[in-house]
Parts: sequence; C-alpha cells; structure tokens
Amino acid sequence: MIAELGLAALWLAAALAALQLYAGAMAQRPGGEGAAALVRPAAVIQGIVCAFAFLMLLWLFAITDLSVKLVAANSHSAKPMIFKLAGAWGNHEGSMLLWVAVMALSGALIALVERRLPEKTMLATLAAQAFVGLGFYAFLIVSSNPFERLPQPAIEGLGLNPLLQDIGLAFHPPTLYFGYVGLSVAFSFAVGALVTRQVTPEFARVMRPWVLGAWVFLTLGITAGSYWAYYELGWGGWWFWDPVENASLMPWLAATALLHSASVLAARDALRAWTIMLGVIAFSMSMVGTFLVRSGILTSVHAFAVDPERGSFILALLTLYIGGALALFALRAGTVSEGQRFSVTSREGALVFNNVMLSAILGIVLLGTLYPLLTEAFDVRVSVGPPYFNPVGAIFAVPMLLVMAVGPLLRWRRDSIERIRRPLILIGAIMLAALAAVLALGEISVLPLLGLAIAVGLAVASFLPLRGRRLTRVPLAVWGMVLAHFGLAVALFGMASESAFSEERLAAVAIGETAQVGPWEVALSEVLPAAGPNWTAIEGHLLASYAGGDPIELDPQSRSFWAPPQETTESALATRWNGQLYAVVGSEAGAGRWQLRLWWKPFVTFIWYGGMLVALGGALALIGRVIDDLRRRAVLARIAERRGEEAV
Amino acid sequence: MSLTLSSRGMALFLACLLAVPLAAQQSLPPAPYAYRQLEDPAKEAAAQALMETLRCLTCQSQSIADSDAAMAGDMRHQVRTRIAAGEEPEAIRAWLVERYGDYVSYAPVVSETTWPLFAIPLLLLAGAGAILWRRLRRAQ
Repeated sequence: MIAELGLAALWLAAALAALQLYAGAMAQRPGGEGAAALVRPAAVIQGIVCAFAFLMLLWLFAITDLSVKLVAANSHSAKPMIFKLAGAWGNHEGSMLLWVAVMALSGALIALVERRLPEKTMLATLAAQAFVGLGFYAFLIVSSNPFERLPQPAIEGLGLNPLLQDIGLAFHPPTLYFGYVGLSVAFSFAVGALVTRQVTPEFARVMRPWVLGAWVFLTLGITAGSYWAYYELGWGGWWFWDPVENASLMPWLAATALLHSASVLAARDALRAWTIMLGVIAFSMSMVGTFLVRSGILTSVHAFAVDPERGSFILALLTLYIGGALALFALRAGTVSEGQRFSVTSREGALVFNNVMLSAILGIVLLGTLYPLLTEAFDVRVSVGPPYFNPVGAIFAVPMLLVMAVGPLLRWRRDSIERIRRPLILIGAIMLAALAAVLALGEISVLPLLGLAIAVGLAVASFLPLRGRRLTRVPLAVWGMVLAHFGLAVALFGMASESAFSEERLAAVAIGETAQVGPWEVALSEVLPAAGPNWTAIEGHLLASYAGGDPIELDPQSRSFWAPPQETTESALATRWNGQLYAVVGSEAGAGRWQLRLWWKPFVTFIWYGGMLVALGGALALIGRVIDDLRRRAVLARIAERRGEEAV
Repeated sequence: MSLTLSSRGMALFLACLLAVPLAAQQSLPPAPYAYRQLEDPAKEAAAQALMETLRCLTCQSQSIADSDAAMAGDMRHQVRTRIAAGEEPEAIRAWLVERYGDYVSYAPVVSETTWPLFAIPLLLLAGAGAILWRRLRRAQ
C-alpha cells in the first residue's frame, strides 16, 4: 500500500509539473492572466506531493519492505537504522527521486517567497523549472521506478555495498544533489530571464543565493567525498581524477565561475550574456555528471551499449535542456547587450580573466574525462590520469591563483596597478620568500613547489581587502569572500604539502616490533579479532609515538562484510596540527608477521580544513546576501506604505 | 572499539569461518615486493612515482600504488624489482604498455589516437587568449 501511495504521488507530481509548464507558457501570451494564477499554486502543491513520495520511499526502507524490488536489492534487515534510511538514496532510483523531490521543494519555495522579479519572468522561470522536473519524472516513472514490487517478496535483502556503509558517505551523495538542484534553479532563472529579456542586476540578485547555496553544497560534497576516499580506500590517496570525482568537480568549477559572474552583474550591471551562458553551462555540467555516474558508462562503454535505456534517457534530457537553452540563447543573444563597460585593471577585469581560466580548466577536466570514453567506443582504450590533469590544469590554474590574490584589491570599473603597488610588492615578496624556503628544504618537483609558494602568498593576500576598514562594519558577504579565498589557499597548501613531503613505510611486523615512518615510531602490540553488526575484522593495536613523545593507541581494522561479501580496510589516523599519521593493517605475512602500511602526511588535513573554510565563506556570503535582501525588502515595503499614506 | 567478551568470542568464530574460503581464493601468496619497499630510498621514490601513474587493470580508476587487488600487487612487484635491477622508469612503462596496451599508463603520450588530448588544450589556450584580448581591449 505504501509503495502504491508513493507511485501515485509521483504521477500526481508529474501531472502538476505538466500543468505548471502549460500555465507558465500560456501566461507569457497576452490574455494569459487566468493561466498565470495557476502557476505558483501548482509549484507549491507539486513540491509537497513529490516530497510525500520520497517520504514513502524512506518509510519502505525503514520497515525493510522486501516485497519492493528496490528495498530487496539494496537493503538488509540486519543493517543499522541509519544505513537503512541512507539506503533509500544509496542507489540509482532512490537518488533520482531524492533529486527530483528537492528540486520540487525548491520550486515550491521560490513560488512562495520570490516576488522581486517581474511576474512574467517569474512565471517563465517556474515553467522552465517544471520543464526540467517533467523530464526527471518521466525518467523515474518510465525507466527507474523506485516503487516497483517483486512478484514474490524476497526472503532477505541483498544489502548495501559495505564501502558505502559509512556515515560520511551516507550524506555525501545528497549533498552533491542539493548542489545540482541549486544549479537547476539558477538555470531556470536564466531561462526565465532570457524568455522575457530581463537580464538585469535584479535577476542576478535573485539567482545568486541559489548559486551560492549550490556552491556551498558542492564544496562540502567534494570535500567530504575526498576525505572519504582518503580514509576508506586505505592507501592515503585523496584525489584520483576518477571520472566520478570529475563529475562533481566540473559543476563546482562552473558554479564558481557563475557565482563570480553573477556578482559582477548584480553589483555593476556588466557581463549579462556571460552570466546567462555560465548558468546554462553550470546546469549542463551537473547533467553531464549525473549522466556519467548514473548511466553505467564508466564501468564500460560496452556495458552501457548493452543496456542503454537509462543512459540514453539522461542523454536525451541533457540534449533537450541544453540544446533548448542554447537555441534560446542564440535567438535572444542579440537583444542581451554586454552591459556596463570597464577597464582591464579593474575588479571586473580580474573576474573576467579568472572566469576564462576557470572555464578553460573545466574544458580540460571535461576533455580528460570524456576522451577515454570516446576512444573506448572505437575499441581503443587509453587512460588519462594525474600525469595529464595536473600539469595541463596548472597551465590555467597558476595564472588564475595569481590573479585571485590581486583581484579583490582592485576597485570596480577603473583602477591602476600603481594604486595597489605596495600590497602587490608584499604579496610577491611573500611568494618568493616561500619559494626560497621550500627550495632550501630539499629537492621537490615543480608543481608542489609552486603550490606551496602561491598558497602562502594567497593566504596573506586574501586578508588584504580588509586593511584600512573598520572590521565591525565589513559586510558579511565580504567576510565570506575573504574566508573562501583563504580556505582555498589553505587547501592548496595541504595538497602541495601532501604531494611534496609524504613519507611511506610498508613493513611486515611481528607482535612487539616497531616500524618507523617520518618522525613517528609505531609498535604493533597485538592483533585481535573484532566484530560489528554485519562484519568481522582483524584489528591491529598500534602504539604510535611522535618524535619520542607519549604513545597514542591506533586500531586499524581489516573488515570482512558478509552481506554482500566484501573486504574493506578501516584505516586509523593520528591527527596532529602539522599532519596525520595514517595506519593500515593488512593480511598476515607469514611467520607471525602482519603487513603494516604507514604514512606520515605533513599538513594533509589542511586540504579538508580548507574545503570547509571555503564552504563556510560561501555560507557567510549567502547569509549576508539574504539578510541584505530582507532588509531591502522591508525598506521598500515601508516606502510603499508611506507613499500610500501620502496619496490619502 | 570496545567489545564484550561474548561478542569477541563470536567474532573469533566468524573470523575463522570466513578465513577458510578467503584463504582458498588467494592460493598464491602476494609477490614479495607487492608490500615491501626497496632498501634504496632514491630507487623506492622512483618506483613510487612510476607506480602512481600506472593503472590497476582490475580496479576502477585506481593506480597500482593505491590498490589491494592481487594484480596491482604483482605489478608493484614487477616495477620494484625492475627499478632495483637498474631499469629506467620509462623503459618499464614502455614494457607494460607493450604488454597491456596504452590503457595501463595514466600518462598519455602524443599518438595517432591521443593527439586531441594535447591539441585541444592548445586551442583552449588560444581561445582563452582571444576572448580576453577582445573582451578586455574593447572594454577600455
């Protein structure tokens, strides 16, 4: 009954989306006032109904209803409750339903509260939102029905992939989806603005919180995903340029560019066409990401070719949305003028430069991700990995980071290098000093060296926009920018340091023996069996001491899950302010010896602290902008009220 | 993690139960240098740098330096012993590419099939330059 309720709600939501699209389109014509009145209510009810469908799925997973195919395939009665619930979105169908539910709720929210734009633009935006939603509803109902029943209820579920039974990962995919949904809302605003030719600073202000929110979620999602790969995969790697990772990085790069471009449009009424274009690209990248992850094309192009239904569906949606948006853009580009002019040495100039660099990096990542899939279709298999992405990406990333250090110091519209000569010299001197200091430490390769020097300079530079200002009067959004830029410097420092200074020790150690890695001495005191609700493990007990200090106990495990059967390593980490000791216990090496894998990774934690700072900066900016908007709204309301009184 | 005595006994029992089929699967012990470093730090560093750019053929998107798969272990052994014997890293890569195809190397080289990987970034560079030139010159 619950499953049928869920499916019925899904159909109803789809019908409401169709109504919303039709009414929104009709409202664009003269005499469409009747239809116009339907759009906002349709969006609100659609949001509620679709959220209800997702709640039904959660319920099915909570009670482990094994007559439902999705539950039987992805859950197990012996799982902890939190992973039962996480199982609802830890699979293709459920994650798609979560996506569309969040999207419908976002549509409901803008339908309820957003009144700043001309009503026609708003209705066109909601129609675009319904159009995107409709595609996803069709996808769910036709080829990915999460509520499908089994002819015979299963006796027991197949379980969730043990690698995914991890609290961090349970919340990682939804985080990315919230980001994707935010970009879909930005896309709808862009389409709405194009349809009604209202590419204005007000449009950028309305769109900006959604882009900021999406960007914060994407940043958090990527940071969490990277940390998960780091501690869960057991080899200390934190970024693999894996297509799935790239699928989350590409929307982030596009969203970063869009965010900055929208800020220019909001503040200076420049970069109109550019902002629209980036809005379309950012959403395209989240669709490309979804396609890569959800179509099965990554396992093998040929596996995709054998069962192409889902992949083709997403590809068709992608073509429809992006093709449609680009065609609209082409039709309207002539009427969207560039907006206000500015000189090369201005805040806008620096932002344009960095937007071009970000787009180029995006192009490189897209190329390196898709090219192997393309050649595989012709039966030629090539691999594109770190030796390609790192140097080729750096060609664009290094100038971008340098301009990023300087850009916020420049004034809008027109400025001169002469005016900011002193901070420029300061930043340059810090970078050169850092370069010299790192070179004195020993021989390291070019990219980590540049990374460390730029990171130190950028860290200082990111606070310079605050100089000479009363800190209590600095707007939240500026604090957000400062923190986000500083966070990027921190993360860059962590990445470069990890790459330059990591030390590795692989050793077969008997009980009571010690192994050394960097400044650490690690003793193996015992190896014991351990068990959890759905796994058994061997657990090594290690005593690690840093530079002869007090020993810390570490208990890495090598786990065996039985539903489904799979081995995982649970690394143990000793975190200090200046880095992490990473310990893994492997299999028995014979003669009472156990395989230990140890790494000392100086400042590696800065990667994720930096990511969190970036997200925090984004969140501060978002809060600052929303508060400003609310204030402005209150002032406008008061003015309108006073006018009303005067008129009387 | 803390466990009660009874669950520890249970775990031991289950661990023994599971150990049997696992032991049967991995009938061959891993090659010696799969999990052992070379004595010479310079040679180990060279081996490590090479291993990070070789794909584990039985994994999804992991290098042989990042994988527990048996085949990755065998390949690490190969790389380390060959480096120890004084072979150049690029010669080892070439040998592996000859055996397993271009797919095994994460570092694509310019060839008939891969030239767009290098041509397109150059185009991007030119394109970025052109956009900036037009945009910023006109802006003044």
